[in-house]
Amino acid sequence: MEESFALIITIFVLAMFVGFEVITKVPPTLHTPLMSGSNAISGITIIGALISAAAENITLSSTLGIVAVALATVNVVGGFLVTDRMLKMFTSKRSKENR
Amino acid sequence: MTASWIGFAYLLASALFILGMKRLGSPRTAPAGNRMAAVGMLIAIVATLFHEEIVRFEGIVAGATVGALIGAIAAQRVKMTAMPQMVATFNGLGGGASALVAGAELIRLAEQGVAPSPFVSVPIVLGTLIGAVTFTGSFVAFAKLQELISGKPTVFPLQHLLNLVLGLGLLGLGGALILQPEELRLFWTILGLAGLLGVLLVIPIGGADMPVVISLLNSYSGLAACATGFVIQNHALIIGGSLVGASGIILTQIMCRAMNRSLANVLFGGFGATTTRTGAGPASATGPVKSGSAEDAAAILDAARSVIIVPGYGLAVAQAQHVVRELGDRLIQRGINVKYAIHPVAGRMPGHMNVLLAEADVPYELLIEMEEINPSFPHTDVALVIGANDVTNPSARDDPSSEIYGMPILEVDRARTVMVCKRSLNPGFAGVDNPLFTLPQTMMLFGDGKKMMEEVLRAINEI
Repeated sequence: MEESFALIITIFVLAMFVGFEVITKVPPTLHTPLMSGSNAISGITIIGALISAAAENITLSSTLGIVAVALATVNVVGGFLVTDRMLKMFTSKRSKENR
Repeated sequence: MTASWIGFAYLLASALFILGMKRLGSPRTAPAGNRMAAVGMLIAIVATLFHEEIVRFEGIVAGATVGALIGAIAAQRVKMTAMPQMVATFNGLGGGASALVAGAELIRLAEQGVAPSPFVSVPIVLGTLIGAVTFTGSFVAFAKLQELISGKPTVFPLQHLLNLVLGLGLLGLGGALILQPEELRLFWTILGLAGLLGVLLVIPIGGADMPVVISLLNSYSGLAACATGFVIQNHALIIGGSLVGASGIILTQIMCRAMNRSLANVLFGGFGATTTRTGAGPASATGPVKSGSAEDAAAILDAARSVIIVPGYGLAVAQAQHVVRELGDRLIQRGINVKYAIHPVAGRMPGHMNVLLAEADVPYELLIEMEEINPSFPHTDVALVIGANDVTNPSARDDPSSEIYGMPILEVDRARTVMVCKRSLNPGFAGVDNPLFTLPQTMMLFGDGKKMMEEVLRAINEI
């Protein structure tokens, strides 16, 4: 257990570093889409929700899981779609037609 | 065998998240980046469905269908001006989901009579705490942004003491839950009280400080996912959650720096609450105020060679982004050099103004950041301020006794002529009078941003 804990904490720390490196380079123009896009990524918790929700017997635990699946799906689907909608506006029509 | 395949799928998903976020670094590559991250998510979800513990699909299908429908409809319908509310809501749902997953795991272990080790129970407590605070805090932020409740800070005596007691109490309960993980009542109590704490932490924060709050809640939603990742020992959750946590922390720092305030001051300062001035109409500023008509503005703009447009939250409220873009285009057609100056905390979330102007089809090359554009103001003919106030207040630069002293501003007062379109002379969010309005070169255009700009545009067309 301790060994696997050391491993996941390593992954956590390294992922934080990667996050800081990658995100510092995002220009302020794109901060709103960055936020909504990264927000959709935080919906990754859906994986945990799926595992809890799909247990063999219906229990309190799996019921919480199902609610969590619903919440996380709103986050994932809504987050990626709305980010896509915003980003399309940034690259839309006129920029391409080189005014 | 299956388990390791799922592990590889998670690795692929994580790589796609990182590459996708990297591509968010430029408007040209960003749409593809977002899609990469979405594909990563899809891979992670599909892989999870092969997990050995996934037995019954009815609940999943039901939950996911409902969630997907709500998410898709909301994403299609939301107005760009309402984006801060939308993001706040999504943050909250993500945090709530993480708290529930942590709880579901605790309950499952209790149902099976397994006592979790501290390596599991500590992250369960953290995931529940952070997730619940994110959930309720985000909904208070939503209510403030949607103006369901007052955007002003709600402060009451002993507020900080109450929060402190509640926070310490939660830590104590968390400790107790770690020692007795089978005592589920402790979990429900923590969930409820953490929810209450989320409400109490956000109500004292005023509307214009929302960029910080939303960034912070964004970070929390990631950290909650991370904690849940520790609970179920899932690498994809930890990596995805960390990326979001890091992103939120960076944005929070940028927003605080743009207001020259510490995070503690934003969270606990109750900034703007002490304002008693609600002065209706043009009366609250000192000194003579010069007000002009749309025709006056049109004449000055027509004679200018360079114009910098400075949008603020008022532009979003008035939904004036489209007419402002039309006005900008018309000026450009007349050979005038037009730029848009964006203050980092203009609006209610990071990048809010950029999204609005992008919606109105202003090319992003014309949107210039504060540090870059400030040197241009002294040789600019007209600075046209629309619905912005505190971010243009010269006392933040010149008056050490001002409450907002030290906050970096857009130095519009250095332009040859300043036009400020505003509904009244009311002080801005910070409750500080703006000496900009009484400068000799300033002309006030009183009225709704959208109507006034329409009139200016019409007047210019007639010249």
